[in-house]
Amino acid sequence: MRPRLRRHVLPGFGLSLGFTLSYVCLLILIPLTGVVLRARSITWPEFVASVTSERALAAFGLSLGAAVVAAVVNGVFGLLVAWVLVRYRFPGRRLIDACVDLPFALPTSVAGIALTTVYSPAGWLGQQLAPLGIQVAFTRLGVIVALTFIGLPFVVRAVQPVLEDLDREIEDAAASLGATRWQTFRHVLLPSILPALLTGVTLAFARALGEYGSVVFISGNLPFRTEVITLLIVARLEQFDYAGATAMASMMLGVSFLILLTINLLQAWSRRRGALA
Amino acid sequence: MRQLRFLLLLGVGVLAAGAVPVCAQAQPTVLLNVSYDPTREFYQEINAAFNRGRVGKGGQPLTINQSHGGSGMQARSVIDGLEADVVTLALAYDIDAIQQRGLIASGWQKRLPENSTPYTSVIVFLVRKGNPKGIRDWNDLAKPGTAVITPNPKTSGGARWNYLAAWGFARCRSGGSDATARDFVTRLFRNVPVLDSGARAATTTFVQRGIGDVLIAWENEALLAVEKIGKNQVSIVVPSMTILAEPPVSVVDRVVDRRGSRRQAEAYLQFLYTPEAQEIAARHHFRPRNPDVLARYRTRFPAVRTLAIDRDFGGWAAAQKTHFDEGGIFDQIFQRGK
Repeated sequence: MRPRLRRHVLPGFGLSLGFTLSYVCLLILIPLTGVVLRARSITWPEFVASVTSERALAAFGLSLGAAVVAAVVNGVFGLLVAWVLVRYRFPGRRLIDACVDLPFALPTSVAGIALTTVYSPAGWLGQQLAPLGIQVAFTRLGVIVALTFIGLPFVVRAVQPVLEDLDREIEDAAASLGATRWQTFRHVLLPSILPALLTGVTLAFARALGEYGSVVFISGNLPFRTEVITLLIVARLEQFDYAGATAMASMMLGVSFLILLTINLLQAWSRRRGALA
Repeated sequence: MRQLRFLLLLGVGVLAAGAVPVCAQAQPTVLLNVSYDPTREFYQEINAAFNRGRVGKGGQPLTINQSHGGSGMQARSVIDGLEADVVTLALAYDIDAIQQRGLIASGWQKRLPENSTPYTSVIVFLVRKGNPKGIRDWNDLAKPGTAVITPNPKTSGGARWNYLAAWGFARCRSGGSDATARDFVTRLFRNVPVLDSGARAATTTFVQRGIGDVLIAWENEALLAVEKIGKNQVSIVVPSMTILAEPPVSVVDRVVDRRGSRRQAEAYLQFLYTPEAQEIAARHHFRPRNPDVLARYRTRFPAVRTLAIDRDFGGWAAAQKTHFDEGGIFDQIFQRGK
């Protein structure tokens, strides 16, 4: 197709762009710049020392690692949940569909308290798991469980509409052409849902990385073992060390931004590749 | 266009209407008391009693709003602009932080009697039914095999008192030194399986989740737990020595001067020292300063040898720097305990 001059679809493009930019600035960029500016009130060596202390690195590693694991778990099981909800009709489907949103609506501290109650060694799931030698509450596993809990709706809600639009006949066609179930999934279904799935997983990951409310209850907050980075930031604030807290916050901001940017680029790349294929 | 002008006029009108009460606030009738978590019910009763007294003297009752949360978080809210007329927090360190930002005059702790602390508490132990581990004193907490529940002193102001009480005990023992105290708290914190972020969360971990053999807690929280869940489930053990937890109060000078509410705010805080308010404090499990009231509640508040933050630790600024700041002793014991 030859590029040609063409009017934009939206009327008043200048106005809407201006509005978008100022909205994003006001709501996101200005507060975040505040974080970075406040971190600048400490010197560079202090900044480096506070974000690379052994304890901060351990906490950051746990936050990042647990968020990745939780996002991947949500990617697999969220897709499954979405699939079941879209493709099957069974009594109570609407109810389960509504339940998926609960982690969105629930205050995270309530989620944390509820999960801890259930998974603590005296709780009724914890009791069943204890003889198997599995302890969830107050371990890293507990952190992952909490992060998985809060991230589930992101994946389900991102994938669901795409699955609904997916034409069943394509699957039938693939099957009639001799594709196995796995081949149908791998070459027919996955390419069309992958962008949505990636979006969901990314959102779940981003949400998990910054989570505080639910994690502090279930993790036990032991330094080097179950301490997440957000707890360390709050600990700094408790000491009225705003600079130290914002130093860590801006490091988190930087790393999250890089990760989200990478995923977005990957997505764009996979879309382009999908379009070529 | 006409509509727009009308809207504009309306907007100006609303703004003006909103501005009127600000101009005419000769007599503020609303106070905001920014406090920490476990004082909610206590101040509800205080507010009612204070207003009864005002009305009795022919005055107008005040609307006293309360805000509760973690002590440090509340202090930050005030620093960041929450319009508190008075602050009633868990430790002087948090009020010092507000003072350092110029919102409260220096020397605030000398303005009211008893270090500006109208009620106190001590740090005690809560143990399980029948005290199966035979916990009597601090050294039992550092023994191997005892699980101790205490919140994280880095995130909980209340928990700093717990830590300092343990430190003080070891320091004051015969042959005690900073080195033995450090060794003692290291062993004690090795016994801590869960470091909750706040005092209430720690109480929940111990009481509801059934984790740990002993909970280190403020006496008022411990008494409340016993009252709520029953004497046969948990009981209180008072150690041989503890620390006097002093939750102080102050007016926020910059706010009361701007709002013109200094007189009311000061009267409110002074009311806390009256026998009536002291009685309410005792009923809510805080140790009253008034000796007569304390004597009436002696069975609830047994006499115990106490350390004081100013006398024995050189004040909060020093204690904070030595023990709880980044790289302080608390961080170091976990560095090694890794």
